[in-house]
Amino acid sequence: MKLRSRHLLGLEGLLKEEIELILDTAETFKEILERPIKKVPTLRGVTVVNLFYEPSTRTRISFELAEKRLSAELVNFFASTSSVKKGETLKDTAKNIEAMKIDMVVVRHQSAGTPYFLSQCLNSSIINAGDGAHEHPTQGLLDLFTLREKYKKIEGLRVVIVGDIKYSRVARSNIWGLKTMGASVALCGPTTLMPYEIEKMGVEVYSNLNQALEGADVVNVLRIQLERQKGGLLPSLREYSNEFGINTERLRRLNPNFTIMHPGPINRGVEITPEVADGPYSVILDQVTNGVAIRMAVLFLLSGGEGKVE
Amino acid sequence: MNKQKLMQAELILAGGRIIDPASKLDKVGDIYIGEGKILKIETKKLIPKKRSKFSAEMVDVHGKIVTPGLIDMHTHLREPGREDEETIFSGSSAAVAGGFSSICCMPNTEPPIDNQESVKFIYEKAKLARCKVYPVAGATKELKGDELTEIADLVKAGAVAISDDGKPIHNSAIMRYALEYTKMYDLPVLSHCEDLSLSSDGVMNEGYVSTILGLRGIPSIAEEVMVARDIKLAEFTRAKVHIAHVSTEGSVNLIREAKRKRVKITCEVTPHHFSLTDEVIKTFDTNAKVNPPLRTKKDIDALKKGLKDGTIDCIATDHAPHSIEEKDVEFDAATFGMVGLETALGLVITELIKKKILSWTEAIAKMTINPAKILKLNAGQIKVGMPADLTVIDPDISWVVDPKDFKSKSKNSPFGGKKLKGKVCFTIVDGKIVYQI
Repeated sequence: MKLRSRHLLGLEGLLKEEIELILDTAETFKEILERPIKKVPTLRGVTVVNLFYEPSTRTRISFELAEKRLSAELVNFFASTSSVKKGETLKDTAKNIEAMKIDMVVVRHQSAGTPYFLSQCLNSSIINAGDGAHEHPTQGLLDLFTLREKYKKIEGLRVVIVGDIKYSRVARSNIWGLKTMGASVALCGPTTLMPYEIEKMGVEVYSNLNQALEGADVVNVLRIQLERQKGGLLPSLREYSNEFGINTERLRRLNPNFTIMHPGPINRGVEITPEVADGPYSVILDQVTNGVAIRMAVLFLLSGGEGKVE
Repeated sequence: MNKQKLMQAELILAGGRIIDPASKLDKVGDIYIGEGKILKIETKKLIPKKRSKFSAEMVDVHGKIVTPGLIDMHTHLREPGREDEETIFSGSSAAVAGGFSSICCMPNTEPPIDNQESVKFIYEKAKLARCKVYPVAGATKELKGDELTEIADLVKAGAVAISDDGKPIHNSAIMRYALEYTKMYDLPVLSHCEDLSLSSDGVMNEGYVSTILGLRGIPSIAEEVMVARDIKLAEFTRAKVHIAHVSTEGSVNLIREAKRKRVKITCEVTPHHFSLTDEVIKTFDTNAKVNPPLRTKKDIDALKKGLKDGTIDCIATDHAPHSIEEKDVEFDAATFGMVGLETALGLVITELIKKKILSWTEAIAKMTINPAKILKLNAGQIKVGMPADLTVIDPDISWVVDPKDFKSKSKNSPFGGKKLKGKVCFTIVDGKIVYQI
C-alpha cells in the first residue's frame, strides 16, 4: 500500500488505512532506533530541505535526526539567517532552493496554508512541520503512535485536549487523527480560546475541567502562552492555572491506566504541575522518542517507499 | 420628435428587448440615438428586420436585452499611485467590457483623493477614459479619520459622494460630523463598516471554515456593530448614509429595520458576496481573500432576500485590482480584494436572474437607476433627451471566466474557470459604441 498524496499537509482527509500504514512503518523504524547503529541507507541520495520560518527545537531536531538516520542529504534553512529579511518572497526563496535540485521540503511557518501554497508552486514533496494554527500532522501522528503503543488500539479511547484550542495546530491534527481512528474527543479550555463552531468537528466542548476529565483515558495538555494574556483572552496565567491546570488532585477523575501527554515545550506549574508531567502515567518523553520514528516513516513513505522496511 | 430629426439619428438599436426599470418599460423596440442622446424609443412601429431607410448605422439587437448603461458605484482604480495594477484608462476598459458606462472610483489612491486638485486630476484623466468616471472623495484628510476634508470644495469639483473607503471612520464623533457636513450638499457618506478591534488581524470569515483552517477570523459582528452605529448616527443627524458591500445576515436585518423607521440609509452588495461562501478558501486561494470576507450560505440567503425585498438597493463590484506579487504569497501575507468589473453582470444573471431571485427589471435597477439616484448622476435611464448610455446584453451566451482575457491590468479573480450565463454585446457611452463583443 502507498499513501495517496506525495505531500503530508495535514491529517484532515487522511484515510484510516493511511494512518495505520504510517504507524506500522514507524514501528519498524522504532526498532531500528533501538539498535546500536541507528542508521539505514533507505533514503540515500534523497535531498531534504528543512525550511523553518518559526523557531522550533523539538520538531526541527526530530526531523533532522529522522533524515540523518535514513541517510538522506539535508540542508537547514532558518528564516532569521536567510534572505527573507531582504524582502524575498516565500515563493522565490522556495523556488531558488528547489533549483538546487532537492526532493523534499519540511516546512514550518507561522501562516496557515503555507505548506499547501508550496505544494502548488514546487515539484518537491512537502511535509508540514506546523503551519500557524492549522495543522501539525507529524505531531498528531506521533501522539496516535504513542497511544497505540500503550493501549494497542485507539478506537474507543476517550481523549481530552486541554488548553488553547483556538491557536493550536496540535489540537486540530489530533482531532482529525483521533476521530479517524475511532477515539472520542473532548476539548476543554476557556471560552475565549475555543474557536468558532469547533463542535462541528465532532467533538465535545467543555469549559469545566473536572467535568471534561470524568471518565477519560487520555489528557493531552497544550502549552499556554503569555501572549494570550496580553491579547485580552485571559485575565492571568495564575487564574488559568487554577481553572485549567492539570494537577494530581484532578487526575482522580480519570479512568484507571490513564495517560498524560504534552506536545511541549512545557510551562511547568502553569498548564501542568511538575508532579504530573513527571508522573509514571506521563508519556511526554515517549512522545519525543516516537516523533523520530514517525518522521522517518513519513519521509520514507512520501519518497515513494512501500510497505515494510528492512 | 419630428421626422427630420429622427432621420438624423446616428445610431439605431433595432429590435431589442428594452428594459428600463425607471420607467418600468420592458418591451421590444427600437432606440434612436443622435448627438450622444436618446432621440426616440419606439415600441410600436418597429423597423422591419434587416431593412432600413435611415442613413444611420443600424445595429440589429433582436434577441438581445437593451438596458441603461450599467453604473458601478464602487470601483478602485489605482491611479495615482499603483498604475501597475490599474489606471483610469485600463479600469474604464474593464468597465465597458463588463457593460458599465459609468463607474465611481474610490479615494484610496496614493495619494488619496482628499482635495480638490485630486478630484480634478481624476476628471482630467477621465477625459480619455472609455466610460464615465466619477470620483468619490475622502471624508477625512488622508483618510486618517481625524479631520474633515474640504467637503464643499470636493463637491464643487465634482465628487459624487464622500467616503474614507476601506478605512472605517472609527471615531463616532468624526463620523457624525462627516454625515452632518455632507448633508449640506445632499450627498451620502459611503461607509465601509468594520470595527477594526473586532476584525483585528483576521484574514477570512470567522466560522467553521476558519476554525478548521486555523486562519484568523473576521467575525460578522465586526461589520454589524458598525452598521448599527451608522444607522444610529444617520437617524440622529438625518443625513444620508450608504453602507458599502454588505456581507452578513445581521447587517441586512439591521438595514431593513432602519429603512422601516425611515432612516436615510441605502446599501449595496457585491457579486462575490452573493456568489461565494468561505468554503472556497479551503484551498487557501488568495484571490478569494477579500474584505469584508466571503461569508456563509446563511448570509448569502439573507443577502438574496435583502435584494429581493429591496433592502439592498444596489449591486456594486468593489473592483480591487492587485498585482500578482501581492497575491502569489502565503494567505496571511496576501492583500485583500478582487477584481469584479468583468464578472459582475455574468454573476448577476447566473446567480440572481437565472435562479429567479430577481427579475431582469429588479436586477438592472440595482445596477442603473438606483445608484444613479443615490449619487445624483445624470444616467441610469433610457429616456428621450438623456445621454445615450446603453448596455446590450445577450442573456443566453454561456462563457467560462478566464482572467487572462480581462481588460483590467489585474487578474486577481477567484472566478477563473466558472461558467457564467449572459454576456455584454455592446456598451454605448454618449451614443458611441465603446465596446463590442
